[in-house]
Amino acid sequence: MKTCLVVDDSRVIRKVARRILEDLGFEIAEAADGMEALAWCRAAMPDAILLDWNMPMMNGVDFLRQLRMEPQGQGPRVVFCSVESEPDRIREALDAGAAEYIMKPFDGDIIGAKFAEAGLL
Amino acid sequence: MNPADIELFVALARARAGLKVDPAKTYLIESRLAPLARREGFAGIAELATALRANRDDKLIWAVVEALAMGETDFFRDRAVFDTFRSEILPTLARLRGAAPIKVWSCACSSGQEAYSLAMIAEEAVGLLPGAQVEIYGSDISERALEKAQSGLYTQFEVQRGLPIRRLLEHFDKVEDNWRLTPRIRQRVRWRRVNLVGDMTAMGQFDVIFCRYVLASMDVPYRRRVLEALSGLLPPDGLLVLGPQETAETITQALQPVPGRAGIYVRNPAFRAAA
Repeated sequence: MKTCLVVDDSRVIRKVARRILEDLGFEIAEAADGMEALAWCRAAMPDAILLDWNMPMMNGVDFLRQLRMEPQGQGPRVVFCSVESEPDRIREALDAGAAEYIMKPFDGDIIGAKFAEAGLL
Repeated sequence: MNPADIELFVALARARAGLKVDPAKTYLIESRLAPLARREGFAGIAELATALRANRDDKLIWAVVEALAMGETDFFRDRAVFDTFRSEILPTLARLRGAAPIKVWSCACSSGQEAYSLAMIAEEAVGLLPGAQVEIYGSDISERALEKAQSGLYTQFEVQRGLPIRRLLEHFDKVEDNWRLTPRIRQRVRWRRVNLVGDMTAMGQFDVIFCRYVLASMDVPYRRRVLEALSGLLPPDGLLVLGPQETAETITQALQPVPGRAGIYVRNPAFRAAA
């Protein structure tokens, strides 16, 4: 079973995303910010990461840049999931190493389509 | 809804556009026609039906038929066929046609996503296929759908279904909360209202015709008519593209499947001779 780490400071969003991704066949772990996510990744590198941008402690882009420097940190496919929808900001996330990008709000169809684009389904 | 009204709507959709509307799907009929009734100034669907019976206003009849015909679609729906178009069909036709235009038609394009998906592929192929002239045509039975298609404007929700983020950044501009295809892509597509069960003899020839998810919405006798009319617009090496689960063999002898390519057909050269 593929694993997906859901990183978002909103518990509600994590819960919604978890339900959708479990239906798509992923085993889910959750983190509330970039620091927590990094700790998860150091313990067990996931196959996929659904990543919010604006979070306390460490934001999504900083986390992603850090992740890519970790041992095995090139492995996970990262799908951003943020309210940021300015083209320049989206480009910044892709340049940091994201495979796909979801603009909130999302639903199951969008997550499914984007994970398929990222080669995760 | 009154069963006699439902019967009227179903009969109009069938007679004008060959559409098969299931009279049991009252919610569907209601959700399509209630906004139309309001827009046209009627108190409700019953009043709309009464008006249709009283004076067979052609414009109003078409508005009803178009509302019932509205299809849903996504960018790059069933991605495999677009990959085939990009990596096989387009390069092959570019070689065969040289500098002559390659005409590609999305014949029931609804709000335009299929035609624009093809236009994006054509734009991305410019450097790879020097000299190739790709012309994209989009048509639908619904004026409202075509208006939306022509605007090239899509919601954030629509651009996230089937469209990879890099293509969104490359081919769209953000306009407030929506996304609009760049002028380069919009200029690649020509739009026109076409009723597939109407007279199509003056349409000209097309090298590739996309006709996906249309047949299923049509009444059985019309499926054959549409497929045979479309096959008549193909040159001998032209292709008709149906949905991956749709087949033509069971409907008509006019088309032959391309082996190993689900949903892709060529004209049957023996068909005309036999007919």
